[in-house]
Amino acid sequence: MVSIEEYGEYETAWCPGCGNFSIIKCLKQALAEQDLAPHDIIISSGIGQAAKLPHYMRCNMFNGLHGRSLPVAQGIKMANPEIPVIVTSGDGCSYGEGGNHFLAALRRNMDLTVLVHDNQIYGLTKGQASPTTARGHVTKAQPEGNRSDGFNPVATTVAMRASFVARAFTGEPGHLVATIKEAMTHRGFSLVDILQPCVSFNKVNTYAWYKERVHILEDHDPTDWAAAMTLSEEFGDRIPLGVIYREDKPVFGLGGRLAEHAYDKNDLKAVLQSYT
Amino acid sequence: MPEKSVNIVIGGAAGQGLVTIGQLLSKAITRAGHHLLVTQRYMSRIRGGHNTYAIRMGEEEMLGGTETIDILAALNAETLDKHLDAMSAGALVVAGDDLDTKGLNALRIPYEKLASKPLFHNTAMLGVLGRAVNLDLGILEELLRQTFAKKGDEVVGANLDVLRKAYAWVSDQDHDFFCDIKPGGPKGRMMVNGNEAIGLGALAAGCNFVSFYPMTPATGVAMALVAKGAPLGLQYEQVEDEIAAMNMAIGASYAGAKALVTTSGGGFALMEEGVSLAGVSETPLVCVVVQRPGPATGLPTRTEQADLNLVLHSGHGEFPRAIFAPATPEDCFYLTHRAFDLAETYQTPIFILSEQYLADSYRDVEPFDLDDLPEVAAPLLEWKEGDYKRYVLTDDGISPRVVPGFSETLVRADSHIHAEDSSITEEKSLSVAMNSKLLRKGAGLFEEVIGPDYYGADNPDALLVCWGANLGACLEAMDRYDGGKSLAVLHFKQVYPLREEQFMDHLEGAGRVIAVEGNATAQFAQLIARETGFMTSDRILRFDGRAMTWEYVLKGLTDIL
Ligand SMILES: Cc1ncc(C[n+]2csc(CCOP(=O)(O)OP(=O)(O)O)c2C)c(N)n1
Ligand code: SF4
Repeated sequence: MVSIEEYGEYETAWCPGCGNFSIIKCLKQALAEQDLAPHDIIISSGIGQAAKLPHYMRCNMFNGLHGRSLPVAQGIKMANPEIPVIVTSGDGCSYGEGGNHFLAALRRNMDLTVLVHDNQIYGLTKGQASPTTARGHVTKAQPEGNRSDGFNPVATTVAMRASFVARAFTGEPGHLVATIKEAMTHRGFSLVDILQPCVSFNKVNTYAWYKERVHILEDHDPTDWAAAMTLSEEFGDRIPLGVIYREDKPVFGLGGRLAEHAYDKNDLKAVLQSYT
Repeated sequence: MPEKSVNIVIGGAAGQGLVTIGQLLSKAITRAGHHLLVTQRYMSRIRGGHNTYAIRMGEEEMLGGTETIDILAALNAETLDKHLDAMSAGALVVAGDDLDTKGLNALRIPYEKLASKPLFHNTAMLGVLGRAVNLDLGILEELLRQTFAKKGDEVVGANLDVLRKAYAWVSDQDHDFFCDIKPGGPKGRMMVNGNEAIGLGALAAGCNFVSFYPMTPATGVAMALVAKGAPLGLQYEQVEDEIAAMNMAIGASYAGAKALVTTSGGGFALMEEGVSLAGVSETPLVCVVVQRPGPATGLPTRTEQADLNLVLHSGHGEFPRAIFAPATPEDCFYLTHRAFDLAETYQTPIFILSEQYLADSYRDVEPFDLDDLPEVAAPLLEWKEGDYKRYVLTDDGISPRVVPGFSETLVRADSHIHAEDSSITEEKSLSVAMNSKLLRKGAGLFEEVIGPDYYGADNPDALLVCWGANLGACLEAMDRYDGGKSLAVLHFKQVYPLREEQFMDHLEGAGRVIAVEGNATAQFAQLIARETGFMTSDRILRFDGRAMTWEYVLKGLTDIL
């Protein structure tokens, strides 16, 4: 049995009290409970406070560029379909800079687990509005209040019939562990949008604010698309946690492990022949 | 220089089938054992406009096209109007009998009589052109059989019928055209264009991954890979944008694929961010940039050599790279193969900088030699010698690269300046050490530079310095020049890095040094100046979107000398 210690303990650059601590702990727990050792998985991340996560864990990692965790992850998956690939990054990284990749990855539906640390703010660049920041939310960069509507990742992904859509909260670690595990065992593109309080820059969506609103879904049927659609709009006085939508759909077809691939010279000779 | 060549230009609107006629004729010419060189000019539209497909056919190998037309095959009246100026003495016009051939030496095809339906007009044109250049009927027949095999016997039969009639019809016509290209040269040669040759070179190097976003004129590389590589196990994806293409390829490479991306200038501008990522994360990657004129959307379907600076300076920060600029399909094949080896050995992005003219230019080539290709370097699947550190500092800057997922070795790749174990560092001396390590890899790449090729007289009065696909035009211009001065050509197929000792003697030994480039600012001459301090004295530059030709170079030479 893999123990959580195998994933190591590192000094981090996160602020004390940050929701990221809960996410890394829950991720390690979820992996250990699935008996996945550090070398059994690959984490792809972008840039931001959230995206530093794999630096604070013993595991294979590709810590790439802002917004690009998904293309990298999909490249990894195409080169090695046998290893679980986890994407972990912030809301700015995943829905803002990487928005186009996010939509394309949904449609492609590779077997990936995407954990978005959704703190509704840009942490690393010190508190500007992110795509999920609500309209009217005042920040230093938006002194008159955010002038755009917040992006609703759950509604968008449900509308697009993503393969697996869930929401979790760092203040509900037990539920978060279970949700990550469920997302990882689901075949296809799995999104877990994780409400993660940024104690330094988000003075609106605080622990207390979330605590007052979140509730864990009990009798929702995630295969009911219409119900999921309605539920996905719920983000105000009440915020549902759990698997919002799930659909088994065709997963992007993949070949074998490309590092072991060697072409047959005779096949290539036949290709050359086709040009004569 | 070819003693004898015939330049056949097929012109018409997009959608009229000129490329189909052109490709069939080219293939028949290749199979007949002649040499050929194709230059395609097309407009950014699917129907209409004016496009040409020029086949220069000769008894000897040709490296460049020509502007003088010996046979003009017109699919519409516009073609006749546009090209009359360029016709050689005794040139032949081939056109339907409904077009006014203005009293020129012409074969006016009675389509109505030879073909039952307009659908077969192109086959009639093929038969007429084939006969005009003395191709064996059997070769044309076989080609049509192969081309239409999938459509069934009836279609094959109908086309053969039209072909034979058209071929026979020519014999009864009065025309003064005489094709003196002797039939029967080397047999069994391949007909490929630059893009296809890059794709084949990649496959030969074991390339098994391509991610791309379509952009003319680079799309053909990906298309060749998808068409020919998929049965060999190649994984491919048409992605949402070039940024994704680049990052996906980097991810694949990290996980052990031999990855390639292909695009043109506008797409490459988006990829630059990823170039830098490949550099710092030390991820091998081959990047094919097929140039077309810019800025921005520029002349989307035409040719230029103006993205050297873009590729040279692409990606922020400092890291090593190499840039190849092929002149021929053979270069495309062998340089792409080499690019994979260098990318893997030095774990850095390596570039193939091609251009539309070469991309779309078919040539007849000796089948590429798969047996004598050198082995391409490969990463390790596990690490057995104690602790593994992805970015361990070494004398040559190269850290052993392991692929994750095959063993217990953890492989951690990172986009920051990092310590040997991949953790982020801002420590002064370590940052310097890491940057220096990257640059030490550059020293290795420098040792492997392919020097330029020199042709012509020693210590000439004038030396033409060129790169990429301009070689042919320069060589032919040199051969045809009769102005009494001695000439030579210096051609670079690797444009970066440059090793002074490989060419400085040539530059210094020439009277005048003339940069011949397909851009407006002599980017390569400026690069030579930057790297060596040597200033070229003169320039012949073309940036009208058209390929360099010997006529253009010769005119420039005459003006300068
Ligand atoms: C191309 C690019 N643009 C901008 C940045 C600067 N940047 C770094 S992190 C970040 C936002 C991070 O926000 P988020 O993804 O929500 O993550 P968080 O820090 O809140 O966890 C930005 C804009 C960058 N590194 N790269
Ligand atoms: S800035 Fe916010 S998100 Fe970043 S570490 Fe601090 S609390 Fe966490």
